[in-house]
Amino acid sequence: MSHSSPTTPAFRANVRAALDNTNLQAALRGQRGNFVRKRAAAREALPEFDALRDHARDIKNHTLANLDRYLEIYEKNVTESGGTVHWAETAEDARRIVLEICQSVGAKTVNKGKTMISEECGINDHLQANGITPVETDLGEYIIQLRGEAPSHILAPAIHVTVAEVEAAFRQFHDDLDPARDLSDIASLQVEARGRLRAKYFEAEVGITGANLLIAETGQSVIVTNEGNGDLSQSLPKVHIVMASLEKVVPTLEDASTVLRVLARSATGQEAAVYTTFSKGPRRAGDPDGPEQYHVVLLDNGRSGMLGTEFEEMLRCIRCGACMNHCPVYQAVGGHAYGWVYPGPMGAVLTPGLIGVEQGGQLPNASTFCGRCEAVCPMRIPLPKMMRNWREREFEKKLTPKAMRSGLGLWAWFARRPWAYRTGTRVANRVLKTLGKKGSFSSLPLAGGWTDHRDFPAPQSGGTFMDQWKAVRR
Amino acid sequence: MAGPRVALFVTCLVDMFRPSVGFATVKLLTGAGCTVEVPAAQTCCGQPAWNSGDRESAKAVARGVIAAFEGYDHVVVPSGSCAATIVRDYGEMFRDDGEWQARARELAGRTHEITSFLTDVLKVKTVCQAVAGSATYHDSCSGLRSLGVSAQPRQLLASVEGLDLREMEDPDVCCGFGGLFCVKYPDISNVMVSDKTRDIAGTGADMVLAGDLGCLMNMAGKARREGRTFQARHVVEVLAGDMQTPAIGESE
Repeated sequence: MSHSSPTTPAFRANVRAALDNTNLQAALRGQRGNFVRKRAAAREALPEFDALRDHARDIKNHTLANLDRYLEIYEKNVTESGGTVHWAETAEDARRIVLEICQSVGAKTVNKGKTMISEECGINDHLQANGITPVETDLGEYIIQLRGEAPSHILAPAIHVTVAEVEAAFRQFHDDLDPARDLSDIASLQVEARGRLRAKYFEAEVGITGANLLIAETGQSVIVTNEGNGDLSQSLPKVHIVMASLEKVVPTLEDASTVLRVLARSATGQEAAVYTTFSKGPRRAGDPDGPEQYHVVLLDNGRSGMLGTEFEEMLRCIRCGACMNHCPVYQAVGGHAYGWVYPGPMGAVLTPGLIGVEQGGQLPNASTFCGRCEAVCPMRIPLPKMMRNWREREFEKKLTPKAMRSGLGLWAWFARRPWAYRTGTRVANRVLKTLGKKGSFSSLPLAGGWTDHRDFPAPQSGGTFMDQWKAVRR
Repeated sequence: MAGPRVALFVTCLVDMFRPSVGFATVKLLTGAGCTVEVPAAQTCCGQPAWNSGDRESAKAVARGVIAAFEGYDHVVVPSGSCAATIVRDYGEMFRDDGEWQARARELAGRTHEITSFLTDVLKVKTVCQAVAGSATYHDSCSGLRSLGVSAQPRQLLASVEGLDLREMEDPDVCCGFGGLFCVKYPDISNVMVSDKTRDIAGTGADMVLAGDLGCLMNMAGKARREGRTFQARHVVEVLAGDMQTPAIGESE
């Protein structure tokens, strides 16, 4: 499955399919609350956690306000260390640059650490179409690559897959797998995957990783993983390509350390991920190992257009996934329903920014504005506020459904005129009261969205509050 | 010395569906020494338009609210959601209109959700009521996250004699109402409210209490559809000792 054509406009149909998918629902229910509990415990254990969030937010705000300067410093330091920075304005540019690098060394196999930017650019499909085999080395990514799927979570890409489905995928795609071998639990599946992937590490000519951070003052890229697959992917092949979007840069090593302290805690509840790896340039004379070439593909793909707008704060996002882990909408439908690369609340804000509100507009609408995402965001991104901003953009562009626009107009006309509003509520109150003698309605004209799933409580007797109040005060 | 002069913003849902919540609020305020008035020019806070991206309609409605509630010591709302619209959103709504923004902020500074007004402003620690039964409290989202309403209703409920207060699993997770969300995305809303009624039922409590009528109508409607036996009531009904009024969605 490729991300080149988003299915975000079909969000409603995607939701229906997700709710009808019993395996998906079992997978979502099975992990319900796990990440939430782990983050809460990590926060509890670090009294200065919320102060660190403020600090991390301030670092990113400062960086975004001076983004051009820090990117230039970063590029200069990468270049001085012998690496190359490639500026990719679009996903297409990034695809072309990556392919050219791979072809320049005659690559047949490319190993990949987990990178959402690669997903955003559709790198795997592009390499495959050009005769190069991409191998995902993150276990979750590996599973969904076998299944021909896109990630459903930015951190746990295969969170939608049940253990039984992983076993089925391994049995289907792993040749010479002994049918008698027990693969019924996570540990046995890990052993099987590790065995398959070990061999691949030595075959690839190129390794592609993402970057959780880019550090301007040192020219380093940082990856945070729990499996160590990223380290093998980037240090064993001849060429290491880092794919990162330009807002990943921070000024100093000290700043990176602050962001890392909130990242793992927010993501998985760990104090730090198992592996936090800093990379800089190609192998130097005397280095025992490392790649011969070090490339960074810096992707814009619409982000610079968000700078200076009411969506700029979204560029503080460090991709921890806490927002989706805490989002009741994401937890109900999973990540694929969102129809593009980024799901959950961060996706609901970022997606319209990157593919346009015309295509991505469903996502910021599908929120109750419960605010749990903002409450846990380590970078204090006001996600509900920005979803509301997208709704405003939609309204301005007249993309909001006609029935809703005229309904709101009519309602606002009454709400601005207390005398008319009083009359309107009086009539509505009486009608509903007369019809709803049993206390509630099991169906109601024009209210199918409500009554398909629940009864609709009828008004109390005695008229509206305002009428009753007027009567008792007389 | 006369108590503070408090204006009640009853909210559109309470006005239309459950006036007893308004009267219970008045009773609590009067009992705490306030002089309560109900400005006749009030309608709705404007949240439906604001959350739908219709800034101009929202501003037009908000101007009416700001004018109607001028001059009172405090404005009290039996809804965290409507109170949050005034307290948090009105200033942002008028970001390009300095004069109205100043008026909006002035109103925001004296607007309160009812339970937090009782505890935080009036320093009420207990209510003198006795209610036999068990209850679980659902944290409605806006009240909880925009206004910090969490301990206040629980503190007051703990003072109700005979009331057994139990915590459900995830009391702070959204019930799936979300204003127009529940009719725009009924399938997702249904999953969320089903989880909520299950968690409520899991406590074995006689009733679920909350501070927002929208959430309560959603939870009550789902519980009735599922044939669950717990009642749904606004928290002020219990605090004011009004247990004679049929619960939300029940016949009279």
